Amino acid sequence: MWQMDATDKAIINGLQGGLPICEQPYLAMAKQFDISEDELLARLKNLLEQKVLTRFGPMYQIERMGGAFSLAALKVLEEDYEQVAEAVNALPEVAHNYRREHAFNMWFVLATETPSGIGKAIAKIEAETGYPVFNLPKEKEFFVGARFTA
Amino acid sequence: MTLNAQYKASTYKLDAIDRAIIQATQSGLPLTSQPYHTVAEQLNLPPELLMERMQTMLDFGVIRRIGAVPNHYSLGWNANGMTVWDVTNAHIDDLGQQVGALEFVSHCYRRPRLMPDWPYNLFAMVHGKDRDEVAAKTAQIAALLGSNCHASDTLYSTQILKKTGLRI
Repeated sequence: MWQMDATDKAIINGLQGGLPICEQPYLAMAKQFDISEDELLARLKNLLEQKVLTRFGPMYQIERMGGAFSLAALKVLEEDYEQVAEAVNALPEVAHNYRREHAFNMWFVLATETPSGIGKAIAKIEAETGYPVFNLPKEKEFFVGARFTA
Repeated sequence: MTLNAQYKASTYKLDAIDRAIIQATQSGLPLTSQPYHTVAEQLNLPPELLMERMQTMLDFGVIRRIGAVPNHYSLGWNANGMTVWDVTNAHIDDLGQQVGALEFVSHCYRRPRLMPDWPYNLFAMVHGKDRDEVAAKTAQIAALLGSNCHASDTLYSTQILKKTGLRI
């Protein structure tokens, strides 16, 4: 089984942001890890294949372009769970979706290009699943800074 | 006020070029020596223009950051708890700020209560190698909130059903 080595860990920890916008950004970063550009590219490719990384690239903040985010939850019966998850995930407005241990057992983040898109996406989910959606838009952001160390 | 802060005071209006750039890069940047040139070529744009637009979006905060998005489960962060708290309205903004400042809290928001189903107005994501670690960190939040907290719960995630990030 493949295992991360110290260089992989340094890349994961050191590259969760900060890729420059320039001619050869990977070359610029590779120097920081004391490896060649080719090696950095090969390692990133591998980390994506191994699903250690879910994505590599720009993270967009839809609110800064006039859109909206919201967190929403459903209380889904076990026998309906798979089908409801499929219906929810099929919407492009659903950015991520987690199963959680609670009566509210499905939690998803909606990201829409306009504030009114949130209500439309919720109406669609309610119509397709028959379950009421509990919408919990943020009223205030105290901190966002997810950083996971390897 | 820095230039960056001035940008961040207003919302950025996307045009067709920005939109095309977002659509081409939201699922990832090419792993090529010159990734911005690769995208520019796909979109039939001069690479200088593409890089300039992306820099502007970064300055405006439309791009939060450019880099790796780890799957936290793969990194051994097996316990992921959404901790939720019913905090006295008069103190939530001050206390939310303090909870958000704890080094182990990755996201912290004030959200509406939905009575009678949902009495919690403060959300803080807490991650750990196992649930004991999350519980120990959660106890620190409880201590900080003290008597201003009337009820709380921790909702552990047991499965990622989807994690694509936004798609426009």
